[in-house]
Amino acid sequence: MVLHKLKRMLSKLGAGCINKIWRLGAGGRLFWLTLVSSGESFRRFRLTIREIYFTGVLSLIIILVSAFFVGMVLALQGYHTLQKYGSSEAIGVLVALALVRELGPVVTALLFAGRAGTAITAEIGLMKATEQLSAMEMMAVSPIARVIAPRFWAGVIAMPVLATLFSMVGILGGYLVAVPLIGVDAGAFWSQMQANVDWEYDILNGVLKSVVFGVACTMIALFEGYDAPPTAEGVSRATTRTVVSSSLAVLGLDFILTSFMIAV
Amino acid sequence: MERTTIDLWVGIFVALGFAALLGLAMKVGNLTTSSIGQTYLVTANFENIGGLKPRAPVKSAGVVVGRVSEITFDPKTYEAVVSLNIDTRYNFPKDTFANIYTAGLLGEQYIGLEAGGDEVNLKNGDKISQTQDAVVLEKLISQFLYSKATESDDKPGKTASASTESGVDALDASPLDKIGK
Amino acid sequence: MANAIVEIKDLSFGYKGRLLHKGINMTFPKGKVVAIMGGSGSGKTTLLRLIGGQLKPTKGHVEVGGEVVHKQDREGIYRLRRKMGMLFQHGALFTDLSVFENVAFPMREHTNLPESMIRDLVLLKLNAVGLRGAHALMPTELSGGMARRIALARAIALDPSIIMYDEPFAGLDPISMAVICDLIRSLNDALGATSIIVTHDVEETFQFADYVYFVADGVVAAEGTPEDLRKSELPFVHQFVHGEKDGPVPFHYAAPEYHASLLRGAR
Repeated sequence: MVLHKLKRMLSKLGAGCINKIWRLGAGGRLFWLTLVSSGESFRRFRLTIREIYFTGVLSLIIILVSAFFVGMVLALQGYHTLQKYGSSEAIGVLVALALVRELGPVVTALLFAGRAGTAITAEIGLMKATEQLSAMEMMAVSPIARVIAPRFWAGVIAMPVLATLFSMVGILGGYLVAVPLIGVDAGAFWSQMQANVDWEYDILNGVLKSVVFGVACTMIALFEGYDAPPTAEGVSRATTRTVVSSSLAVLGLDFILTSFMIAV
Repeated sequence: MERTTIDLWVGIFVALGFAALLGLAMKVGNLTTSSIGQTYLVTANFENIGGLKPRAPVKSAGVVVGRVSEITFDPKTYEAVVSLNIDTRYNFPKDTFANIYTAGLLGEQYIGLEAGGDEVNLKNGDKISQTQDAVVLEKLISQFLYSKATESDDKPGKTASASTESGVDALDASPLDKIGK
Repeated sequence: MANAIVEIKDLSFGYKGRLLHKGINMTFPKGKVVAIMGGSGSGKTTLLRLIGGQLKPTKGHVEVGGEVVHKQDREGIYRLRRKMGMLFQHGALFTDLSVFENVAFPMREHTNLPESMIRDLVLLKLNAVGLRGAHALMPTELSGGMARRIALARAIALDPSIIMYDEPFAGLDPISMAVICDLIRSLNDALGATSIIVTHDVEETFQFADYVYFVADGVVAAEGTPEDLRKSELPFVHQFVHGEKDGPVPFHYAAPEYHASLLRGAR
């Protein structure tokens, strides 16, 4: 009996693993097809612009407000620790490096997955459920070129823009707390920051990170929608999976990218 | 009608992104302060580089004139070979002196260049022959304690005031004076 | 039948080993309205997808204009599909585009017509289905019957030679149903196209169809003109045409004997 149960558990586990690998392969294939049929989204850039509006512009509010508060909290927390070592002027460096290197790209990607990723999954899933994708196929229009690719590029373009804005607004938030509120010298705040934040190694690497996160988050959202069972339940599950998989992918990729960037 | 408003918003969005990147570059990053365009490469050998790291600044009279590009170990001489990228706008004589300094007591380490008096300037690929190693704090302290101990062993009959005096002497002889430079 | 535009020859298709179709032969002559009828789940919609090349047959083939559909590459299938228009069961209008843009969609995708001409053509098509006044609405603002008609306008946007209808009457009130019936016939004759209708509404279909195929258990159970079928003595056709509850198509889904299931119910 126990053996039987164990056997069943093992076979379930195996089936789960195979299913995951199958989905990974299917996702990879969709990624490839998207890249191949990207011509449309550039030739008719208006399609992509429309999607940038939905994924990027409409995410601005949540990104900017979060960034502002994250920056303020960073400054507040950082000040308390730095002041013990008599180096409260270093607060600018702390806020800027934390935002530019890590929090900007990562938090933006997490918020993006929640705000834009779920919207993409639900939209594509419903388009599939209501046979809109099939209809497009029957009109001899490839849904991958017409629907998937523009959304993909919109996400890839919007993410670094959002992440950069996040970092900038976060630093402004940190500045507001550190300088007028706590009374750190404004000159020291900015000059310490400039001396220690490197254009290439910190800022550009941060932007690079956010581009990678943009690819990952958008692709996951698109795949989950494209692969969703065409039912209300299927779409809602796919939406949940988008958030979970995107978050894990972002954090995992962040570790890998950071270790590469520090090693270089 | 709706399309044009969307275009407008996306335009604003992308422009904001570029503005933020520019802001980061100018205000936050060191793009303006260390916009090292063209550089030439010189090397310097040190017996001990302490905590010097690639990308550490190279300063002369406190002004950043370049960056450490690479640090390697020479297995023949057992010395560290430090490559420096120096801005082509700044020329240094051939007998320039390279020191490893520490910013503050525990701060990051950087290379300080002190110009010599040679007529000929350093060129790309040249080697700075006169170098001064990093100050290693443990070494410094042990040296100080050792000299202190030998002093008190040599002159056991001295008065307290003399002892302090010799202590100061020992301090003068110790490598601490490098910091004072 | 002469000059068939679509031919289904010895077609078998199934998912995961379970065959849905077991050797189907059908012919769709040019200019005719042909209906494929059968109970729910008898694979009628799948037949349309096989004709459109969205699915690959397990055995046999579908020919459109003399070309075997599943042997075409992507380009070839798209070329064939440009000759087809399809009306999906619930319309499948693009919810993010207005009615006008929905109808304009195939034109924008496949032609380089100037905007003014697209506008004229779209309004022409919308006029044909009687909804020119609704061009500025969004699909969410339409009733089911209106959405179906807009979708029909979109399906005929490029003047296809084959128009396929997937359950065009499902969920419509009698008035909308009559409108759609009328449209199917008149559009078919006006465009000189061939219409393939998948449906289970006997009365409406028999009014205007030229020829009817009955599909049951994966094979063509009966075929003929509506008049022939009305008179048919085949038990299945009789049950279907007259809407009888029990007959060759059983009321109960295949199950173990009721008595036995009840006894085991405690488990």
